[in-house]
Amino acid sequence: MASLKELRNRIASVKATQKITKAMQMVAAAKLRRAQTAAEAARPYATRMETVLGSIASTVSSGPDVPRLLTGTGQDQTHLLVVLTAERGLCGAFNSSIVRLARERALSLMNQGKTVKIFCVGRKGYEPLRRQFEKQIVELVELRANKGVTFADAQAIAEKIMAMFNAGEFDVATQFFSRFQSVISQTPTAQQIVPATFPETKAPAGGGTAVYEYEPSEEDILAELLPRNLAVQIFKALLENGASEQGARMSAMDNATRNAGDMIKKQTLVYNRTRQAQITKELIEIISGAEAL
Amino acid sequence: MANFSFELVSPERLVYSGSVTEVVVPGTEGEFGVLAGHAPFVSTLKPGVLTIKGDGAPRKLFVSGGLAEANPAGLTVLAETAVPLSEMNPARLAQMIKDAQEDVEDARDDAARLRLQGTLDSLRAASAAIEADGRTSH
Repeated sequence: MASLKELRNRIASVKATQKITKAMQMVAAAKLRRAQTAAEAARPYATRMETVLGSIASTVSSGPDVPRLLTGTGQDQTHLLVVLTAERGLCGAFNSSIVRLARERALSLMNQGKTVKIFCVGRKGYEPLRRQFEKQIVELVELRANKGVTFADAQAIAEKIMAMFNAGEFDVATQFFSRFQSVISQTPTAQQIVPATFPETKAPAGGGTAVYEYEPSEEDILAELLPRNLAVQIFKALLENGASEQGARMSAMDNATRNAGDMIKKQTLVYNRTRQAQITKELIEIISGAEAL
Repeated sequence: MANFSFELVSPERLVYSGSVTEVVVPGTEGEFGVLAGHAPFVSTLKPGVLTIKGDGAPRKLFVSGGLAEANPAGLTVLAETAVPLSEMNPARLAQMIKDAQEDVEDARDDAARLRLQGTLDSLRAASAAIEADGRTSH
């Protein structure tokens, strides 16, 4: 049986931990709100970009002038996995579920005899992947210094990927991130970004299938917009990730706070029992001592 | 004059949304004005000044990188940067011009150099336009 002093210390330390987790939960809640607004604000740009590119891409689908970002290199040999994770831990299964998805994909590609390259964004994805795929990791980008992601961050990543693509270092690129559904549910997702894919284009509302005039030509527009679209897709993924991270941290910290509360209750009960037992013991000792006289 | 709906979207937010009478857009192959009922049209943007005319004084914004799409529902401009001229930082523009200049010098082939030179020229033109605007409004 632990002594009273030990129990007191233990309760005090759990209380201190609970204060920290509680504070982290509140911080995450505030950041989540900000991340969510950012993700929502970015949505119109990404969806419009997709519709416009989708409608152009459906009209120009083949030909020598079509940029390779759309058609691909015609090969399927080297895969680039862009793994987007957080810079910080203590957010439940958020990082590990993204890493697990990327790892499964990497292993299955390697089993098929393909070459795999890994592009890490965020330290928490790099660390676990490095243990297994030391040789495959080609890049690591850290966003630690930044307060919230900006479009410039996404652009810098996109530029690196573009440079690798133009140098013929990979054929297919896929990004891994966590799609934000709600505070308690985030889904790790894989999305192919090179060659570009577009959701089935719907006819623009109101105009039916309008015939667009293009200035300059469709090919030039595609050549200009596809690299931008890459940045936009990465930006979107980063924002989704940001919201997911805060959501995951919030629920993880909420759990931790609740667990700490339970533990304090249990420990306090043990403490009180021990204290009472001790008092009773002392009383008995005094009484039996008095009776013996 | 007939109005039409206009949206200016940057990656980080929706910059402008509303009903306007005319928008002048700096397209890659020249500036063009869009009025209500414009033919369906897609153009890329060059760095330059976008003018929105509606109720009240015309609003001018510096835009760069992106595309403009006119369809029967209205006009949508997707721009990588969209900053009101009054908030435009001259130092930032100077930096962009400097970067563009370096790009031109580093260009690998003539086609790329020509394209980058175009960007540089339009940046310079935009900078001149912003200066002129600053003089008239003060």
